Amino acid sequence: MSSILNSYFVKTHKLEISITIIALVLFLIYFLGAPHVFTRFPIYRAFMQSMPFFGIIAISATFVVTLGEIDLSFPSIVGITSLIFGMVMTSTDGNVFIAFILATSLGMFAGLVNGLLVTKIGIPSIVATIGTLFFWRGLVNVISQGSGIAIVDVADDTWHHMIFVEKLFGKIPMQFIWFIVLTGLMQWVYRYHKFGNHIHFVGDNKASAQMMGINVDNVKIIAFVQLGFFSALAGIFTMYEMLYFWPTQGEGLMLTTLAAVFVGGTSVFGGKGTIFGTFIGVLIIGSLESGIVALGLSGFYVKFINGLMITVAVTVYALIQRRKN
Amino acid sequence: MTEELLKLENIYKNFGNVKVLKNVNIKINKGEVVALIGDNGAGKSTLIKVITGVHSPNSGKVFFKQEEVKIKSVAQSRKMGIEAVYQERALCDQQELFRNIFAGREITNSFGFLDIKKQRKEAEKILRDYIGFTSKAITVDSQVMGLSGGEKQGVAFGRSLYFNSDLIVLDEPTMGLSIQETEKVLNFVKGLKKENKSAIFIDHNIIHVYGAADRFIILDRGEVVGEFNKEDISREELVQKMIQLHESGKIKVEE
Repeated sequence: MSSILNSYFVKTHKLEISITIIALVLFLIYFLGAPHVFTRFPIYRAFMQSMPFFGIIAISATFVVTLGEIDLSFPSIVGITSLIFGMVMTSTDGNVFIAFILATSLGMFAGLVNGLLVTKIGIPSIVATIGTLFFWRGLVNVISQGSGIAIVDVADDTWHHMIFVEKLFGKIPMQFIWFIVLTGLMQWVYRYHKFGNHIHFVGDNKASAQMMGINVDNVKIIAFVQLGFFSALAGIFTMYEMLYFWPTQGEGLMLTTLAAVFVGGTSVFGGKGTIFGTFIGVLIIGSLESGIVALGLSGFYVKFINGLMITVAVTVYALIQRRKN
Repeated sequence: MTEELLKLENIYKNFGNVKVLKNVNIKINKGEVVALIGDNGAGKSTLIKVITGVHSPNSGKVFFKQEEVKIKSVAQSRKMGIEAVYQERALCDQQELFRNIFAGREITNSFGFLDIKKQRKEAEKILRDYIGFTSKAITVDSQVMGLSGGEKQGVAFGRSLYFNSDLIVLDEPTMGLSIQETEKVLNFVKGLKKENKSAIFIDHNIIHVYGAADRFIILDRGEVVGEFNKEDISREELVQKMIQLHESGKIKVEE
Protein backbone atom coordinates (compact mmCIF):
# COMPACT_ATOMS: atom_id res chain seq x y z
CA MET A 1 0.00 0.00 0.00
CA SER A 2 2.70 2.45 0.98
CA SER A 3 4.58 1.61 -2.20
CA ILE A 4 1.50 2.62 -4.17
CA LEU A 5 1.28 5.89 -2.24
CA ASN A 6 4.92 6.66 -2.91
CA SER A 7 4.84 5.70 -6.55
CA TYR A 8 5.84 8.21 -9.17
CA PHE A 9 2.32 8.37 -10.58
CA VAL A 10 0.72 9.20 -7.23
CA LYS A 11 3.33 11.80 -6.40
CA THR A 12 2.91 13.64 -9.64
CA HIS A 13 -0.88 13.33 -9.77
CA LYS A 14 -1.87 14.23 -6.20
CA LEU A 15 -4.27 16.88 -7.35
CA GLU A 16 -6.03 14.71 -9.91
CA ILE A 17 -6.37 11.89 -7.41
CA SER A 18 -7.79 14.14 -4.68
CA ILE A 19 -10.34 15.70 -6.98
CA THR A 20 -11.41 12.27 -8.26
CA ILE A 21 -11.91 11.06 -4.70
CA ILE A 22 -14.01 14.13 -3.91
CA ALA A 23 -16.19 13.45 -6.93
CA LEU A 24 -16.57 9.77 -5.99
CA VAL A 25 -17.57 10.69 -2.45
CA LEU A 26 -20.10 13.19 -3.78
CA PHE A 27 -21.67 10.62 -6.09
CA LEU A 28 -21.68 8.10 -3.26
CA ILE A 29 -23.67 10.59 -1.19
CA TYR A 30 -26.13 11.03 -4.06
CA PHE A 31 -26.35 7.30 -4.48
CA LEU A 32 -27.01 6.55 -0.82
CA GLY A 33 -29.19 9.60 -0.24
CA ALA A 34 -31.38 9.23 -3.29
CA PRO A 35 -31.10 5.66 -4.57
CA HIS A 36 -34.45 5.88 -6.34
CA VAL A 37 -32.93 8.54 -8.61
CA PHE A 38 -29.31 7.53 -8.87
CA THR A 39 -29.77 3.82 -9.55
CA ARG A 40 -31.63 4.66 -12.74
CA PHE A 41 -30.32 5.79 -16.08
CA PRO A 42 -32.35 8.97 -16.80
CA ILE A 43 -30.43 11.16 -14.31
CA TYR A 44 -27.14 10.23 -15.99
CA ARG A 45 -28.61 10.91 -19.40
CA ALA A 46 -29.70 14.33 -18.13
CA PHE A 47 -26.17 14.98 -16.89
CA MET A 48 -24.67 13.93 -20.18
CA GLN A 49 -27.12 16.18 -21.95
CA SER A 50 -26.52 19.34 -19.92
CA MET A 51 -22.89 19.19 -18.78
CA PRO A 52 -21.20 19.57 -22.19
CA PHE A 53 -22.66 23.06 -22.75
CA PHE A 54 -20.54 24.60 -20.02
CA GLY A 55 -18.02 21.74 -19.90
CA ILE A 56 -16.59 22.53 -23.32
CA ILE A 57 -16.03 26.13 -22.28
CA ALA A 58 -14.55 25.09 -18.93
CA ILE A 59 -11.96 22.87 -20.65
CA SER A 60 -11.01 25.71 -22.96
CA ALA A 61 -11.01 28.31 -20.16
CA THR A 62 -8.48 26.17 -18.26
CA PHE A 63 -5.88 27.39 -20.76
CA VAL A 64 -6.66 31.03 -19.99
CA VAL A 65 -6.72 30.49 -16.23
CA THR A 66 -3.39 28.62 -16.38
CA LEU A 67 -1.97 31.78 -17.93
CA GLY A 68 -2.94 33.60 -14.75
CA GLU A 69 -5.60 35.44 -16.74
CA ILE A 70 -9.38 35.31 -16.66
CA ASP A 71 -12.11 35.73 -19.24
CA LEU A 72 -15.49 36.90 -18.01
CA SER A 73 -16.85 37.72 -21.45
CA PHE A 74 -17.53 34.18 -22.70
CA PRO A 75 -21.24 34.17 -21.67
CA SER A 76 -21.79 37.08 -24.05
CA ILE A 77 -19.60 35.51 -26.76
CA VAL A 78 -21.95 32.51 -26.53
CA GLY A 79 -24.83 34.97 -26.93
CA ILE A 80 -23.58 36.87 -29.97
CA THR A 81 -22.29 33.79 -31.82
CA SER A 82 -25.55 31.92 -31.19
CA LEU A 83 -27.48 34.88 -32.53
CA ILE A 84 -25.40 34.92 -35.70
CA PHE A 85 -25.71 31.16 -36.04
CA GLY A 86 -29.50 31.42 -35.74
CA MET A 87 -29.76 34.32 -38.16
CA VAL A 88 -27.60 32.66 -40.80
CA MET A 89 -29.34 29.31 -40.41
CA THR A 90 -32.78 30.81 -40.92
CA SER A 91 -31.76 33.11 -43.76
CA THR A 92 -29.85 30.42 -45.72
CA ASP A 93 -32.47 27.76 -45.21
CA GLY A 94 -30.24 25.71 -42.95
CA ASN A 95 -26.79 26.03 -44.52
CA VAL A 96 -24.91 24.67 -41.54
CA PHE A 97 -21.46 25.18 -43.09
CA ILE A 98 -21.82 28.91 -43.56
CA ALA A 99 -23.55 29.32 -40.21
CA PHE A 100 -20.89 27.29 -38.40
CA ILE A 101 -17.98 29.13 -40.02
CA LEU A 102 -19.44 32.59 -39.43
CA ALA A 103 -20.38 31.88 -35.81
CA THR A 104 -17.03 30.35 -34.87
CA SER A 105 -15.13 33.08 -36.75
CA LEU A 106 -17.01 35.71 -34.81
CA GLY A 107 -16.20 33.83 -31.61
CA MET A 108 -12.51 33.85 -32.51
CA PHE A 109 -12.71 37.52 -33.40
CA ALA A 110 -14.23 38.29 -30.00
CA GLY A 111 -11.40 36.31 -28.41
CA LEU A 112 -8.88 38.23 -30.50
CA VAL A 113 -10.32 41.52 -29.22
CA ASN A 114 -9.91 40.29 -25.63
CA GLY A 115 -6.38 39.14 -26.35
CA LEU A 116 -5.35 42.42 -27.95
CA LEU A 117 -6.85 44.50 -25.13
CA VAL A 118 -4.91 42.44 -22.60
CA THR A 119 -1.56 42.21 -24.38
CA LYS A 120 -1.19 45.22 -26.64
CA ILE A 121 -3.16 47.79 -24.67
CA GLY A 122 -2.21 46.31 -21.32
CA ILE A 123 -5.61 46.20 -19.62
CA PRO A 124 -5.84 43.56 -16.88
CA SER A 125 -7.94 40.70 -18.28
CA ILE A 126 -10.55 40.91 -15.51
CA VAL A 127 -11.31 44.51 -16.46
CA ALA A 128 -11.03 44.13 -20.23
CA THR A 129 -13.39 41.16 -20.32
CA ILE A 130 -15.99 42.86 -18.11
CA GLY A 131 -16.04 45.50 -20.82
CA THR A 132 -16.47 42.99 -23.64
CA LEU A 133 -18.99 41.03 -21.54
CA PHE A 134 -21.31 44.03 -21.64
CA PHE A 135 -20.39 44.99 -25.17
CA TRP A 136 -21.30 41.68 -26.83
CA ARG A 137 -24.45 41.22 -24.74
CA GLY A 138 -25.47 44.77 -25.59
CA LEU A 139 -24.95 44.06 -29.26
CA VAL A 140 -27.12 40.93 -28.96
CA ASN A 141 -29.93 43.04 -27.51
CA VAL A 142 -29.58 45.73 -30.16
CA ILE A 143 -29.59 43.26 -33.07
CA SER A 144 -32.22 40.87 -31.75
CA GLN A 145 -34.40 43.64 -30.33
CA GLY A 146 -35.15 41.27 -27.50
CA SER A 147 -36.76 38.54 -29.56
CA GLY A 148 -35.66 34.97 -30.07
CA ILE A 149 -35.05 32.94 -33.23
CA ALA A 150 -36.50 29.51 -33.84
CA ILE A 151 -34.29 27.20 -35.90
CA VAL A 152 -36.57 24.21 -35.53
CA ASP A 153 -37.65 24.29 -39.19
CA VAL A 154 -34.10 24.28 -40.55
CA ALA A 155 -32.28 22.20 -37.95
CA ASP A 156 -34.60 19.53 -36.61
CA ASP A 157 -34.41 16.09 -38.24
CA THR A 158 -31.26 16.94 -40.18
CA TRP A 159 -27.95 15.11 -40.34
CA HIS A 160 -26.26 17.94 -38.45
CA HIS A 161 -28.83 17.79 -35.68
CA MET A 162 -28.02 14.10 -35.46
CA ILE A 163 -24.26 14.52 -35.15
CA PHE A 164 -24.51 17.40 -32.71
CA VAL A 165 -27.13 16.40 -30.15
CA GLU A 166 -29.08 13.25 -30.95
CA LYS A 167 -28.70 10.08 -28.89
CA LEU A 168 -26.17 7.46 -29.82
CA PHE A 169 -27.84 4.01 -29.64
CA GLY A 170 -30.84 5.93 -28.38
CA LYS A 171 -29.10 6.50 -25.05
CA ILE A 172 -25.90 8.58 -25.10
CA PRO A 173 -26.30 12.22 -26.11
CA MET A 174 -23.90 13.08 -28.92
CA GLN A 175 -22.81 16.29 -27.25
CA PHE A 176 -21.35 14.21 -24.44
CA ILE A 177 -19.32 12.15 -26.92
CA TRP A 178 -18.02 15.40 -28.42
CA PHE A 179 -17.24 16.69 -24.97
CA ILE A 180 -15.18 13.58 -24.15
CA VAL A 181 -13.33 13.74 -27.46
CA LEU A 182 -12.55 17.44 -27.05
CA THR A 183 -11.43 16.91 -23.46
CA GLY A 184 -9.01 14.22 -24.59
CA LEU A 185 -7.71 16.36 -27.41
CA MET A 186 -7.30 19.43 -25.22
CA GLN A 187 -5.57 17.42 -22.49
CA TRP A 188 -3.08 16.30 -25.10
CA VAL A 189 -2.50 19.85 -26.30
CA TYR A 190 -2.27 21.13 -22.72
CA ARG A 191 0.46 18.74 -21.65
CA TYR A 192 2.17 17.56 -24.80
CA HIS A 193 1.97 20.35 -27.35
CA LYS A 194 4.32 23.28 -27.62
CA PHE A 195 1.38 25.66 -27.16
CA GLY A 196 0.29 24.01 -23.90
CA ASN A 197 3.88 24.02 -22.74
CA HIS A 198 4.16 27.75 -23.43
CA ILE A 199 0.86 28.36 -21.61
CA HIS A 200 2.42 26.84 -18.49
CA PHE A 201 5.62 28.87 -18.73
CA VAL A 202 3.89 32.19 -19.36
CA GLY A 203 1.46 31.55 -16.49
CA ASP A 204 4.30 30.54 -14.21
CA ASN A 205 6.51 33.55 -14.80
CA LYS A 206 5.99 35.93 -17.67
CA ALA A 207 9.45 37.50 -17.48
CA SER A 208 11.25 34.15 -17.43
CA ALA A 209 9.13 32.84 -20.28
CA GLN A 210 10.09 35.84 -22.34
CA MET A 211 13.76 35.36 -21.52
CA MET A 212 13.44 31.79 -22.78
CA GLY A 213 12.34 33.12 -26.13
CA ILE A 214 8.62 32.47 -25.76
CA ASN A 215 6.41 35.06 -27.45
CA VAL A 216 4.29 35.91 -24.41
CA ASP A 217 1.79 38.13 -26.22
CA ASN A 218 1.08 35.59 -28.95
CA VAL A 219 0.54 32.80 -26.45
CA LYS A 220 -2.00 34.93 -24.58
CA ILE A 221 -3.80 36.05 -27.72
CA ILE A 222 -4.12 32.47 -29.02
CA ALA A 223 -5.47 31.39 -25.62
CA PHE A 224 -8.24 33.99 -25.76
CA VAL A 225 -8.97 33.17 -29.42
CA GLN A 226 -9.44 29.46 -28.74
CA LEU A 227 -11.75 30.29 -25.84
CA GLY A 228 -13.79 32.44 -28.24
CA PHE A 229 -13.97 29.50 -30.65
CA PHE A 230 -15.12 27.03 -28.03
CA SER A 231 -17.65 29.51 -26.61
CA ALA A 232 -19.17 29.70 -30.08
CA LEU A 233 -19.12 25.91 -30.34
CA ALA A 234 -20.89 25.57 -26.98
CA GLY A 235 -23.48 28.08 -28.19
CA ILE A 236 -24.08 26.02 -31.34
CA PHE A 237 -24.55 22.83 -29.32
CA THR A 238 -27.06 24.65 -27.11
CA MET A 239 -28.91 25.92 -30.18
CA TYR A 240 -29.27 22.38 -31.57
CA GLU A 241 -30.48 21.08 -28.22
CA MET A 242 -33.07 23.85 -27.76
CA LEU A 243 -33.69 24.57 -31.46
CA TYR A 244 -34.16 28.13 -30.35
CA PHE A 245 -32.09 31.25 -29.74
CA TRP A 246 -33.04 33.55 -26.93
CA PRO A 247 -31.32 36.87 -26.19
CA THR A 248 -30.10 35.90 -22.71
CA GLN A 249 -28.47 32.73 -24.01
CA GLY A 250 -25.23 32.00 -22.19
CA GLU A 251 -25.88 34.26 -19.23
CA GLY A 252 -26.10 31.46 -16.70
CA LEU A 253 -22.76 29.98 -17.72
CA MET A 254 -20.35 32.21 -15.84
CA LEU A 255 -20.61 30.69 -12.38
CA THR A 256 -20.71 27.04 -13.36
CA THR A 257 -17.91 27.26 -15.90
CA LEU A 258 -15.37 29.11 -13.78
CA ALA A 259 -16.36 27.06 -10.74
CA ALA A 260 -15.56 23.87 -12.64
CA VAL A 261 -12.11 25.20 -13.55
CA PHE A 262 -11.25 26.29 -10.02
CA VAL A 263 -12.75 23.25 -8.28
CA GLY A 264 -10.77 21.19 -10.80
CA GLY A 265 -7.57 22.47 -9.24
CA THR A 266 -6.19 24.89 -11.80
CA SER A 267 -4.15 27.40 -9.87
CA VAL A 268 -5.58 30.90 -9.65
CA PHE A 269 -1.98 32.09 -9.62
CA GLY A 270 -1.24 30.52 -12.98
CA GLY A 271 1.35 28.03 -14.12
CA LYS A 272 -0.36 24.86 -12.95
CA GLY A 273 -3.56 23.09 -13.78
CA THR A 274 -5.06 19.98 -15.24
CA ILE A 275 -7.63 19.37 -17.94
CA PHE A 276 -8.63 16.15 -16.22
CA GLY A 277 -9.27 18.15 -13.03
CA THR A 278 -11.53 20.53 -14.91
CA PHE A 279 -13.38 17.55 -16.39
CA ILE A 280 -14.04 16.20 -12.89
CA GLY A 281 -14.92 19.75 -11.83
CA VAL A 282 -17.58 19.75 -14.55
CA LEU A 283 -18.99 16.47 -13.20
CA ILE A 284 -19.10 17.91 -9.69
CA ILE A 285 -20.54 21.34 -10.48
CA GLY A 286 -22.86 19.98 -13.18
CA SER A 287 -24.39 17.41 -10.85
CA LEU A 288 -24.86 19.60 -7.79
CA GLU A 289 -28.24 21.08 -8.67
CA SER A 290 -29.99 17.80 -9.48
CA GLY A 291 -28.09 16.04 -6.74
CA ILE A 292 -29.13 18.48 -4.06
CA VAL A 293 -32.75 18.43 -5.13
CA ALA A 294 -32.77 14.62 -5.38
CA LEU A 295 -31.40 14.43 -1.86
CA GLY A 296 -34.53 16.24 -0.72
CA LEU A 297 -32.99 19.64 -0.01
CA SER A 298 -34.75 22.62 -1.49
CA GLY A 299 -33.38 24.28 -4.60
CA PHE A 300 -32.40 27.26 -2.48
CA TYR A 301 -29.37 25.30 -1.32
CA VAL A 302 -27.90 24.97 -4.78
CA LYS A 303 -26.04 28.27 -4.94
CA PHE A 304 -25.07 28.00 -1.30
CA ILE A 305 -23.43 24.60 -1.70
CA ASN A 306 -21.91 25.65 -5.02
CA GLY A 307 -20.32 28.64 -3.29
CA LEU A 308 -19.12 26.49 -0.44
CA MET A 309 -17.48 23.99 -2.81
CA ILE A 310 -15.64 26.70 -4.72
CA THR A 311 -14.46 28.59 -1.65
CA VAL A 312 -13.23 25.47 0.11
CA ALA A 313 -11.54 24.13 -3.01
CA VAL A 314 -9.57 27.27 -3.84
CA THR A 315 -8.61 27.67 -0.17
CA VAL A 316 -7.27 24.12 -0.02
CA TYR A 317 -5.31 24.53 -3.26
CA ALA A 318 -3.88 27.86 -2.11
CA LEU A 319 -2.74 26.24 1.14
CA ILE A 320 -1.13 23.32 -0.71
CA GLN A 321 0.63 25.85 -2.90
CA ARG A 322 1.87 27.83 0.08
CA ARG A 323 3.22 24.76 1.80
CA LYS A 324 5.18 23.85 -1.30
CA ASN A 325 6.82 27.26 -1.36
CA MET B 1 45.14 35.53 -32.50
CA THR B 2 41.97 37.09 -31.16
CA GLU B 3 38.78 36.72 -33.08
CA GLU B 4 35.97 39.17 -32.66
CA LEU B 5 32.62 37.72 -31.61
CA LEU B 6 30.39 40.67 -30.80
CA LYS B 7 30.79 44.35 -31.53
CA LEU B 8 28.43 47.18 -30.63
CA GLU B 9 28.91 50.44 -32.49
CA ASN B 10 27.46 53.79 -31.43
CA ILE B 11 24.51 52.28 -29.62
CA TYR B 12 21.85 54.71 -28.40
CA LYS B 13 18.77 53.70 -26.47
CA ASN B 14 16.05 55.99 -25.14
CA PHE B 15 13.01 55.23 -23.06
CA GLY B 16 10.81 58.20 -23.85
CA ASN B 17 12.91 61.22 -23.04
CA VAL B 18 15.37 59.33 -20.91
CA LYS B 19 18.62 58.53 -22.67
CA VAL B 20 19.66 55.25 -21.15
CA LEU B 21 22.54 54.40 -23.48
CA LYS B 22 24.64 57.05 -25.15
CA ASN B 23 27.08 56.15 -27.88
CA VAL B 24 28.13 52.82 -26.45
CA ASN B 25 30.96 51.01 -28.22
CA ILE B 26 32.11 47.64 -26.98
CA LYS B 27 33.75 44.55 -28.38
CA ILE B 28 33.94 40.99 -27.11
CA ASN B 29 36.37 38.44 -28.49
CA LYS B 30 36.05 34.69 -28.65
CA GLY B 31 36.99 33.02 -25.40
CA GLU B 32 36.87 36.27 -23.47
CA VAL B 33 34.99 37.07 -20.28
CA VAL B 34 33.98 40.70 -19.99
CA ALA B 35 32.49 42.30 -16.91
CA LEU B 36 30.15 45.27 -17.02
CA ILE B 37 30.38 47.34 -13.89
CA GLY B 38 28.75 50.54 -12.80
CA ASP B 39 26.21 52.00 -10.44
CA ASN B 40 22.49 51.30 -10.46
CA GLY B 41 20.96 53.08 -13.40
CA ALA B 42 24.20 53.17 -15.34
CA GLY B 43 22.56 51.24 -18.18
CA LYS B 44 24.13 47.82 -17.63
CA SER B 45 20.90 45.88 -17.75
CA THR B 46 19.64 47.82 -20.72
CA LEU B 47 22.86 47.12 -22.56
CA ILE B 48 22.64 43.38 -22.07
CA LYS B 49 18.98 43.48 -23.02
CA VAL B 50 20.00 45.06 -26.29
CA ILE B 51 22.41 42.18 -26.78
CA THR B 52 19.81 39.52 -25.97
CA GLY B 53 17.12 41.09 -28.12
CA VAL B 54 14.74 42.18 -25.35
CA HIS B 55 15.20 45.81 -26.42
CA SER B 56 16.08 47.18 -29.83
CA PRO B 57 18.52 50.10 -29.88
CA ASN B 58 17.28 53.45 -31.26
CA SER B 59 20.40 53.71 -33.34
CA GLY B 60 23.76 52.06 -33.74
CA LYS B 61 25.02 48.86 -35.22
CA VAL B 62 25.43 45.37 -33.83
CA PHE B 63 27.89 42.92 -35.33
CA PHE B 64 27.93 39.24 -34.43
CA LYS B 65 30.66 37.04 -35.86
CA GLN B 66 31.66 40.02 -38.00
CA GLU B 67 28.28 40.31 -39.65
CA GLU B 68 25.87 43.13 -39.03
CA VAL B 69 22.72 41.85 -37.36
CA LYS B 70 19.46 43.25 -36.07
CA ILE B 71 18.44 41.33 -32.99
CA LYS B 72 14.70 41.66 -32.70
CA SER B 73 13.74 38.97 -30.21
CA VAL B 74 15.12 36.67 -27.58
CA ALA B 75 14.26 33.70 -29.77
CA GLN B 76 16.43 35.17 -32.50
CA SER B 77 19.41 35.92 -30.27
CA ARG B 78 19.25 32.40 -28.90
CA LYS B 79 19.22 30.99 -32.38
CA MET B 80 22.32 33.02 -33.23
CA GLY B 81 24.14 31.65 -30.21
CA ILE B 82 23.61 34.29 -27.54
CA GLU B 83 22.19 32.87 -24.36
CA ALA B 84 21.12 34.75 -21.26
CA VAL B 85 21.48 33.33 -17.79
CA TYR B 86 19.43 35.41 -15.43
CA GLN B 87 19.46 34.54 -11.79
CA GLU B 88 15.86 35.33 -11.06
CA ARG B 89 14.43 34.76 -14.47
CA ALA B 90 16.38 31.83 -15.83
CA LEU B 91 13.78 29.18 -15.06
CA CYS B 92 10.10 28.78 -14.25
CA ASP B 93 9.58 27.44 -10.73
CA GLN B 94 6.54 25.23 -11.03
CA GLN B 95 7.59 23.46 -14.21
CA GLU B 96 9.71 20.36 -14.41
CA LEU B 97 13.41 20.62 -15.04
CA PHE B 98 13.35 18.93 -18.42
CA ARG B 99 10.61 21.27 -19.62
CA ASN B 100 12.64 24.25 -18.44
CA ILE B 101 15.69 23.13 -20.35
CA PHE B 102 13.75 22.97 -23.60
CA ALA B 103 11.28 25.83 -23.07
CA GLY B 104 11.12 27.94 -26.20
CA ARG B 105 13.22 25.36 -28.06
CA GLU B 106 11.08 22.28 -27.68
CA ILE B 107 11.88 19.07 -29.50
CA THR B 108 8.65 18.45 -31.39
CA ASN B 109 7.20 16.52 -34.29
CA SER B 110 5.93 18.42 -37.28
CA PHE B 111 2.54 19.02 -35.64
CA GLY B 112 4.18 20.75 -32.69
CA PHE B 113 3.69 17.89 -30.23
CA LEU B 114 6.56 17.43 -27.81
CA ASP B 115 8.89 14.49 -27.89
CA ILE B 116 8.80 14.06 -24.12
CA LYS B 117 10.95 10.92 -24.15
CA LYS B 118 13.76 12.57 -26.04
CA GLN B 119 13.56 15.76 -24.00
CA ARG B 120 13.86 13.79 -20.77
CA LYS B 121 16.76 11.74 -22.09
CA GLU B 122 18.66 14.79 -23.32
CA ALA B 123 17.92 16.60 -20.05
CA GLU B 124 19.40 13.68 -18.11
CA LYS B 125 22.52 13.95 -20.23
CA ILE B 126 22.76 17.67 -19.53
CA LEU B 127 22.40 17.18 -15.78
CA ARG B 128 25.07 14.50 -15.80
CA ASP B 129 27.61 15.73 -18.34
CA TYR B 130 27.40 19.50 -18.34
CA ILE B 131 26.33 20.29 -14.81
CA GLY B 132 27.59 17.32 -12.87
CA PHE B 133 24.51 16.90 -10.69
CA THR B 134 25.01 13.73 -8.78
CA SER B 135 22.40 14.24 -6.10
CA LYS B 136 19.63 11.66 -6.39
CA ALA B 137 17.15 14.23 -5.10
CA ILE B 138 17.28 16.18 -8.35
CA THR B 139 15.91 14.46 -11.42
CA VAL B 140 14.68 15.75 -14.74
CA ASP B 141 11.15 15.53 -13.36
CA SER B 142 11.88 17.71 -10.32
CA GLN B 143 10.14 21.02 -10.11
CA VAL B 144 12.63 23.85 -10.25
CA MET B 145 11.16 25.20 -7.01
CA GLY B 146 13.18 22.69 -4.98
CA LEU B 147 16.56 23.76 -6.37
CA SER B 148 18.97 26.13 -4.66
CA GLY B 149 20.03 29.35 -6.35
CA GLY B 150 23.35 27.86 -7.42
CA GLU B 151 21.70 24.74 -8.81
CA LYS B 152 19.33 26.89 -10.85
CA GLN B 153 22.29 28.76 -12.28
CA GLY B 154 23.91 25.43 -13.02
CA VAL B 155 20.89 24.31 -15.01
CA ALA B 156 20.88 27.56 -16.96
CA PHE B 157 24.60 27.16 -17.72
CA GLY B 158 24.11 23.55 -18.73
CA ARG B 159 21.32 24.60 -21.04
CA SER B 160 23.48 27.22 -22.73
CA LEU B 161 26.32 24.75 -23.23
CA TYR B 162 23.98 22.10 -24.60
CA PHE B 163 22.61 24.53 -27.16
CA ASN B 164 26.16 25.42 -28.04
CA SER B 165 25.93 29.15 -27.40
CA ASP B 166 28.94 31.28 -28.28
CA LEU B 167 28.14 34.16 -25.97
CA ILE B 168 26.67 33.76 -22.53
CA VAL B 169 25.12 36.81 -20.92
CA LEU B 170 24.98 36.77 -17.14
CA ASP B 171 22.95 39.24 -15.10
CA GLU B 172 24.13 39.28 -11.49
CA PRO B 173 24.97 35.58 -11.48
CA THR B 174 26.12 35.50 -7.87
CA MET B 175 23.45 37.66 -6.26
CA GLY B 176 21.99 36.05 -3.18
CA LEU B 177 24.12 32.92 -3.35
CA SER B 178 26.07 31.36 -0.51
CA ILE B 179 29.87 31.59 -0.64
CA GLN B 180 30.25 28.00 -1.81
CA GLU B 181 27.66 28.39 -4.49
CA THR B 182 29.21 31.66 -5.64
CA GLU B 183 32.47 29.76 -5.99
CA LYS B 184 30.76 27.17 -8.18
CA VAL B 185 29.19 29.77 -10.41
CA LEU B 186 32.46 31.65 -10.84
CA ASN B 187 34.24 28.43 -11.68
CA PHE B 188 31.62 27.84 -14.27
CA VAL B 189 32.30 31.23 -15.81
CA LYS B 190 36.02 30.51 -15.87
CA GLY B 191 35.32 27.10 -17.40
CA LEU B 192 33.61 28.74 -20.36
CA LYS B 193 36.93 30.03 -21.59
CA LYS B 194 38.31 26.54 -21.88
CA GLU B 195 35.51 25.79 -24.32
CA ASN B 196 36.42 28.95 -26.24
CA LYS B 197 33.07 30.47 -25.28
CA SER B 198 32.65 34.11 -24.39
CA ALA B 199 30.70 35.70 -21.60
CA ILE B 200 29.58 39.13 -20.60
CA PHE B 201 28.43 39.64 -17.07
CA ILE B 202 27.12 42.16 -14.61
CA ASP B 203 27.99 41.87 -10.98
CA HIS B 204 28.08 44.36 -8.16
CA ASN B 205 30.77 42.54 -6.30
CA ILE B 206 34.10 43.72 -7.67
CA ILE B 207 35.91 40.87 -6.00
CA HIS B 208 33.82 38.34 -7.95
CA VAL B 209 34.22 40.34 -11.10
CA TYR B 210 37.95 40.61 -10.76
CA GLY B 211 38.39 36.91 -10.19
CA ALA B 212 36.39 35.81 -13.20
CA ALA B 213 36.74 38.43 -15.93
CA ASP B 214 39.50 39.27 -18.42
CA ARG B 215 38.34 42.76 -19.07
CA PHE B 216 36.25 45.35 -17.26
CA ILE B 217 33.99 47.91 -18.85
CA ILE B 218 32.75 50.69 -16.59
CA LEU B 219 29.44 52.28 -17.46
CA ASP B 220 28.18 55.50 -15.98
CA ARG B 221 24.88 57.17 -16.87
CA GLY B 222 24.68 55.38 -20.17
CA GLU B 223 28.25 55.92 -21.30
CA VAL B 224 31.35 53.80 -21.29
CA VAL B 225 33.71 55.74 -19.03
CA GLY B 226 36.50 53.24 -18.62
CA GLU B 227 37.82 50.01 -20.00
CA PHE B 228 40.65 47.98 -18.47
CA ASN B 229 42.36 44.70 -19.18
CA LYS B 230 43.06 42.59 -16.17
CA GLU B 231 46.82 42.68 -16.84
CA ASP B 232 46.81 46.45 -16.61
CA ILE B 233 44.99 46.97 -13.37
CA SER B 234 45.08 45.44 -9.91
CA ARG B 235 42.00 44.66 -7.92
CA GLU B 236 42.71 47.55 -5.55
CA GLU B 237 43.12 49.98 -8.41
CA LEU B 238 39.83 48.87 -9.90
CA VAL B 239 38.07 49.40 -6.58
CA GLN B 240 39.74 52.83 -6.38
CA LYS B 241 38.41 53.75 -9.81
CA MET B 242 34.89 52.84 -8.77
CA ILE B 243 35.12 54.89 -5.59
CA GLN B 244 36.47 57.81 -7.58
CA LEU B 245 33.61 57.54 -10.01
CA HIS B 246 31.15 57.38 -7.20
CA GLU B 247 32.53 60.47 -5.48
CA SER B 248 33.43 62.79 -8.31
CA GLY B 249 31.24 61.54 -11.10
CA LYS B 250 34.15 60.83 -13.40
CA ILE B 251 37.20 58.68 -13.70
CA LYS B 252 40.52 60.44 -13.71
CA VAL B 253 42.56 59.43 -16.68
CA GLU B 254 46.08 59.08 -15.42
CA GLU B 255 49.00 59.45 -17.68
